[in-house]
Amino acid sequence: MDELDRAIINELQGGFPVCDRPFAEVAAQLHTTEQEIISRIDQLLKRGILSRFGPMYHAERMGGSSSLAAMKIPASDFERVAEILNGIPEVAHNYARDHALSMWFVLATETQQEHAAALEIIERETGYPVYDMPKIEEYFIGLRFAV
Amino acid sequence: MTTETALDEIDRRIVLATQSGLPLEPQPYRAVARQVGIPAEEVMARMLRMLESGAIRRIGVVPNHYALGYKANGMTVWDVPDERVDELGEKVGALDFVSHCYCRPRHLPDWNYNFFAMVHGHDRGEVGELVRRIAELIGDADRGHEILYSTRILKKTGLRIGKKTGLHIED
Repeated sequence: MDELDRAIINELQGGFPVCDRPFAEVAAQLHTTEQEIISRIDQLLKRGILSRFGPMYHAERMGGSSSLAAMKIPASDFERVAEILNGIPEVAHNYARDHALSMWFVLATETQQEHAAALEIIERETGYPVYDMPKIEEYFIGLRFAV
Repeated sequence: MTTETALDEIDRRIVLATQSGLPLEPQPYRAVARQVGIPAEEVMARMLRMLESGAIRRIGVVPNHYALGYKANGMTVWDVPDERVDELGEKVGALDFVSHCYCRPRHLPDWNYNFFAMVHGHDRGEVGELVRRIAELIGDADRGHEILYSTRILKKTGLRIGKKTGLHIED
């Protein structure tokens, strides 16, 4: 990454203009050309330095439901349960964490009813209780890495 | 908490057309408009409205923090008095090394943490140092905290909400 790559990442973490020629507007701010900005973003995406370019949607504000949930899974049963969660489409992310509550996943559904139904399926198929932790309040979300 | 914002069929089509990102061409909103079948001006007006209502958090880039060298990601969990969690949430959420910050329900007696902050560092030593800074900020409201490191990614897909709207969500 060179200076321009860094400037693009830092600038566009904060927002991207909504106008007819948004790349040209960013280019003017960063003293380069529209085509250069476009090809840099393209390269940063291809190299995996950026994981996304575009709008980030807010699930709950669109009527959806997304919740963090955890389960206490003994090591001997870990792979079986992970496999079950892998096959459940409502489970978006699933991480192993070093804690008695050892499996942490994000459950994303279009409605609250589907959320409750998915929890029930998970508890039934795995045989373990789910500690559901939907957010009560959100204080900040976003990534602001200075690079 | 669920705050619904009425999205109509055209909004949903815009969401679908941009779920994998904005097109990398000089007039990206015009390209989206062609796909949705409405004028570019309407796409822009609707996206601005969704930004204002919060249905779109923001438009921009998402860096891959692993690729940037932030390889240690600690989910820090805290037991703080319920009546102080909002005030502390605003303070901790404002720290630039915290990417996600929430109040979540306790599950007593097994889980007594009600405050979550995701902390990113280059290594666990750095995360530990950053967590000490949060602890100082929280002061005597800190009745106990832990750092949970992820040891393995078991599943990672884009969040898909139903079949109609595919969404990418920062969560």
